[in-house]
Amino acid sequence: MNYTQKEYSDYVNQKSAKSPIVRDTIIAFIIGGLICCIGQAFSDIYQKYFGLNEEISKTAVSVTMIFLGSLFTGLNLYNKLAKFAGAGTLVPITGFANAIVSPAMEFRREGLVLGLASKMFVVAGPVLVYGISSSVIVGLIYYLLGVF
Amino acid sequence: MNKRLGNQTVKILNPVSIISAANVAGKKEGEGPLAMYFDKILSDAAWGEETWEKTESKMQNFAVTNAISRANLKNSDINYILAGDLLNQCISSSFALRDLNIPFFGVYGACSTMAETISLGSMLIDGGFAENVAAVTSSHFCTAERQYRQPLEYGGQRTPNAQWTVTGSGAVILSGSGDGPYITHITTGEIVDMGIKDANNMGAAMAPAAAETLKAHFVETGRQPSYYDLILTGDLGILGKSIMIDLMGDYGYDLRDNYDDCGCLIFDAESQDTHAGGSGCGCSAVTLTGYVMSLISQGKLKNVLFMATGALLSPTSTLQGESIPSIAHAVAISSSREDSGL
Amino acid sequence: MMSYFNAFWVGGLICAIAQIIIDKTKLTPARILVLYVVIGAILGGLGIYKYIEQIGGAGATVPIMGFGNSLAKGVIKEIDKNGFIGIFTGGTTATAGGIAAAVFFGLLMALIFKPKEK
Repeated sequence: MNYTQKEYSDYVNQKSAKSPIVRDTIIAFIIGGLICCIGQAFSDIYQKYFGLNEEISKTAVSVTMIFLGSLFTGLNLYNKLAKFAGAGTLVPITGFANAIVSPAMEFRREGLVLGLASKMFVVAGPVLVYGISSSVIVGLIYYLLGVF
Repeated sequence: MNKRLGNQTVKILNPVSIISAANVAGKKEGEGPLAMYFDKILSDAAWGEETWEKTESKMQNFAVTNAISRANLKNSDINYILAGDLLNQCISSSFALRDLNIPFFGVYGACSTMAETISLGSMLIDGGFAENVAAVTSSHFCTAERQYRQPLEYGGQRTPNAQWTVTGSGAVILSGSGDGPYITHITTGEIVDMGIKDANNMGAAMAPAAAETLKAHFVETGRQPSYYDLILTGDLGILGKSIMIDLMGDYGYDLRDNYDDCGCLIFDAESQDTHAGGSGCGCSAVTLTGYVMSLISQGKLKNVLFMATGALLSPTSTLQGESIPSIAHAVAISSSREDSGL
Repeated sequence: MMSYFNAFWVGGLICAIAQIIIDKTKLTPARILVLYVVIGAILGGLGIYKYIEQIGGAGATVPIMGFGNSLAKGVIKEIDKNGFIGIFTGGTTATAGGIAAAVFFGLLMALIFKPKEK
């Protein structure tokens, strides 16, 4: 090779096709925004017609959105939308549901216990690990600040 | 006469012919530009099987069984079967071939497997250890995806340089008695690693390996690119192909006229949304057994250099941040013995 | 109607930033989710996220950052109520609905549906 690894890597980077970042970002903005509007609609419905208070309605909205994300994943629709929407379908809680349902479906063939159930968190597990751990650290700091 | 032309290239002295070929391809491949060259196109990815792995095995079994019967041979006439695939422990091959009662060598060369099995098979025949050898490989989009990437239903965007694993299997029967097309030279690749770590850019990782093997082939055989009607790499894809042309240009070889890549031929990247093109063992296998073999038998191609390329990574090595060692094996195919200088 | 407009642009913006990070840095989607949930927890702990929520409504709670915020807020609430043990009970108490729903619907869908080829 006439190249060092560094030179080759620079050459490849310059030659590689780039993601269409402007288009991707606009689509992510629109789809992500629309998914949040659906959440807002459920929030209004739960508060107005079911008389739920704000806190409970937030949980109800989460459960609803997770249900919808799961259902659309099962129906083979979520990945089709995600192909265009990118982060617009990844970042909403529906994307978290997709990350849980898709490996569960995929590894169903390896059994109900060691397939479906144990693979359920291969993608979404880190979110719980780091989300819960950072909340514990936040709590620890808050508690110590309160003590001293 | 010396069979070794150099460090990497051997000349096959006793004639070895490809006496038959067969393949099967998936639905998406069947909608692509090479559709007319496939023996069978699946109407869905499962082909009536419960798991994708079973489907892939069934495809491989179909390809090899058809190739044997096309050659008017029985299983007992085949001295060795050389096979490999992408799945862990090469299960597609061993499950596909377990009922055939043919002595079996499993090989792993990632997507270079088709050229690797043909290389070894030709040497077995030339060495006098076999009369007939079967070489087969396969890949399946759904089995590769769940092993190397994400669950099928996971909502992710493919990066622009990512490739699409071909669902397909191709088999050839090599024989010491036959009247071509002949395997004339084998150039075995060395492992090349230029430090590319992005598993979604395998074309860039593999192109240097292909360039090194091709250069060695030209140097050791004394041939020039123009000797071949077609030089065909396995699955470098659109980006890798263009890198390959650049790298060979740096070595003073002009590939622009007669060079192509199976990954670029098999899909229409625009309309089929396959980004950088096809990949997988099946990509080069179905292109060779379909497209190339057809054009040779029609007399449209006489001398072909088939060079399957492999990215020797695993999901573990990728997670551990390792770069991608790559390989390419070249097999020179000629429709006549005279032309090949033998 | 204003609440929908705000949910749209706040939620959209949070997603758009993630898209830019993905395209620019090659960070995998799983890492983006982790990054966002941690940022959400930090902003929640600092008491900043509630302002984003006041503006965006569901635009702030539906993105995974809102999940991080709920975890942190839950922890603080439980510490105020029950002291030290709240550090461990607060987060998952506040998000129990979402976690249970994800696990149960994951199981249900995997039992009902089969993955399809693309």
